[in-house]
Amino acid sequence: MIADIVAAVLVLVATAYAVLGGADFGGGMWDLLAGSATGGAAARHRINLSITPVWESNHVWLVIALVVLWTGFPVAFADIFTTLFVPLSVAGLGIVLRGSGFAYRAQAGSVRWQAVNGGIFAISSLLTPFFMGTAVGAVVTGRVRASGDPAGSWVNPTSLLTGGLFVAVAAYLAAVYLAVDSDRAGEPDLRRYFTRRALAAGIVSGALAAVTMAELRTSAPSVFTELTQGRALPAVIVSVLAGVAVLTALPTGVMWPARPLAALAVAAVIWGWAIAQYPYILPPRLTIAGAAAPAATMGAVLFVVGVIVVLVAPSFALLYWLAQRGSLREADEDGAGPPRRPAR
Amino acid sequence: MRTGLALHSALASPSLRASPSLQVVPARAQMGSSLGFHIILACMGIAFPAIVMIMHYIGLRRRDAAAMLLARRWSRVMAVLVAVGAVSGTVLSMDMGLLWPGLMGRYGSVIGIPFGIEGIFFLLEAVFTAIYMYGWDRLPPWAHFWTMAPVVISGVFGAMSVVAANSWMNDPSGYTVANGKITSVDPVAVYFNGATYYEMPHMILAAYMVAGGLAATPYAVGLLRGRGSRYNRLGFLLPFTVAAIATPFQIGIGDTAARAIASQQPVKFASMEYVPRTSTHVPEWIAGVWSNGRVVPGTGIALPSVDSLLVGFSPNTRVIGWDTVPPALRPPFPTLLHLSFDLMVLIGMLMLVWGIWLALWWWRRRDLPRGRPGTVFLAGGALSGIACVVAMEAGWVVTEVGRQPWTVYNVLLTSQAATSATGVPATLAATVAIYAVLTVATLAVLWMMKRRWQATAGGADVAAPYSPPAEREAR
Repeated sequence: MIADIVAAVLVLVATAYAVLGGADFGGGMWDLLAGSATGGAAARHRINLSITPVWESNHVWLVIALVVLWTGFPVAFADIFTTLFVPLSVAGLGIVLRGSGFAYRAQAGSVRWQAVNGGIFAISSLLTPFFMGTAVGAVVTGRVRASGDPAGSWVNPTSLLTGGLFVAVAAYLAAVYLAVDSDRAGEPDLRRYFTRRALAAGIVSGALAAVTMAELRTSAPSVFTELTQGRALPAVIVSVLAGVAVLTALPTGVMWPARPLAALAVAAVIWGWAIAQYPYILPPRLTIAGAAAPAATMGAVLFVVGVIVVLVAPSFALLYWLAQRGSLREADEDGAGPPRRPAR
Repeated sequence: MRTGLALHSALASPSLRASPSLQVVPARAQMGSSLGFHIILACMGIAFPAIVMIMHYIGLRRRDAAAMLLARRWSRVMAVLVAVGAVSGTVLSMDMGLLWPGLMGRYGSVIGIPFGIEGIFFLLEAVFTAIYMYGWDRLPPWAHFWTMAPVVISGVFGAMSVVAANSWMNDPSGYTVANGKITSVDPVAVYFNGATYYEMPHMILAAYMVAGGLAATPYAVGLLRGRGSRYNRLGFLLPFTVAAIATPFQIGIGDTAARAIASQQPVKFASMEYVPRTSTHVPEWIAGVWSNGRVVPGTGIALPSVDSLLVGFSPNTRVIGWDTVPPALRPPFPTLLHLSFDLMVLIGMLMLVWGIWLALWWWRRRDLPRGRPGTVFLAGGALSGIACVVAMEAGWVVTEVGRQPWTVYNVLLTSQAATSATGVPATLAATVAIYAVLTVATLAVLWMMKRRWQATAGGADVAAPYSPPAEREAR
């Protein structure tokens, strides 16, 4: 019972990482695709402004997810990281390169140095979610176990499709958020720019999700059944409805519901996956109860989560509130200029 | 709830001398290089915010333009270091699974607890660092200043929690085992294990010394080159004073720690101090290279009975030697351990001397040491950052290599903890290459920032915010 609660917490933390951190990866992808240094300058500037104050905080949810996984379900953690050594190693190195490249670019003096670091940031923003996606595909299809296949576990149609889906979803989230941010900052050209990209990425994400689901019919039949006819079906419906709502809201210029609805569309997919896979943490054999740590450990995990809800959630709210009202920007480094008014 | 070796036979593999997994050496090398890189940034994350906050306070309180400018620029430096530190720290948490699934699969439910608590502080730190770094000019001045307080506090508590996990590996407690499974866990006993009380303060003080030394370095260089502006003096004095104040406490804690290790991990202590056989009147070796069962003559000095004296305050104190365990259970390379330990102590003592030097001068003259001695003093100040980094890394070598072949002391061998995945040599190569590039790139970025700042007329000529022009007395 307490193990189920901790598993639910794990899903929620993973959701937070996906809808917050995922968009930061997507921002890197749009940076990559923004074109020449001059032509892409406005879009890159917008991406920079939106990501800079929040990406590190968003990123921490990954660490929390890892810690909850290894503390609450140590055996599952060990099996995942042993079987999926290759994709997770690549994802780890991608995480370092992305963050460092982004930080270096912000402080870089010369255009050349900016270009090199920006390129590293952008390419690793693409690779990292792809390899994370392949790892999730391996878990869903029951290929992760004590001595799982180090290559076949993630080099298979479902895993590769899931990797692609992660990339598309990250790009989609980012484009939606950036369109909303552009609108808020009074930049209609950029709003249209990102809206077009949000629509494209949304359609690609939807198509990839459908293909991946069809693939699950043979690669993970029980998960497929739950998603299409069983208890996970409501989550799928919510995701589709939210996704369609975003696609209709954005072109008509109704911006305010776009961000939460896009996040909901993505979150519902994650919840659907978790519900469809229940009670297994690593199908087809390892259950949540079977992998669970002793009760006192689970209690400690829930205590930590409680503190996070009480202390960290308001802090995050403050961070987002300040970021949204334009109170957080890279400052003029010597403070020589007149204080700028917050952009609204 | 201290648990001994016997209780754990069920968890251990059939033979303690099972041939080690081929991945052990590359896995240790990868962990060592990732951690060795990250820990420098972690120190900056733990202690630099406090130094920035003090500087910012001086700037606001005294309307000191030079202090404001320093705080402002330092927060830019923080932006880079915190970012690289956050991602390299994340990789470490992935490395726990990639390299040590044998540890995490068996003991994740125990060692995970302090890491979970650390997560709280990591989140708080990230959020408030961002608010502080990007809140300049946009938040009310004092409110902006106070957004740094949660960062300083979570730096300390986050460090405590990570070190709690490490100290648990040195002195595991707080859990019971039956049939090879962890059956119950006492989170408080895990967090506050027998090694916590000295490892925690030792690491936090080390962080303050490293951050203070590193922050002071560029300004010491500036002063040496004759740029004696208030900006450079303040930029040197404040962080260096923080490091100097931390030093005597650090030496006291270190002394306590060594004594505790002599009782908790006697074999580690024996290797640190060249104690091959359990005996009384054990000499203390200053330097020395161990080879073929003895210290090579001429490489070190033995102080008769001093080691016994340090361990038990009497030359008759019996010090346990490494002959108490079979060779397979002794740490490798006693020379590396001993010289690392000596180097750490030496640097600590030099920092103490430099701190006293500054204190005396300041007491008598209200000034930095001048003239030729002043040059020597500042040269030492310019080297203090790198020296503190070396001392800290040496200390970690003693802690980690000294615990080998155990990952969890007397409970889990490193060969049992290591992954069975065969790709470690490849990821090791990638890790070393990437971290080498990151080290160079980080230094390059900082150097570029420094160049840019020097180009703006040597620092504090620029009007800083919150200060009227009349108060620009910054030279």
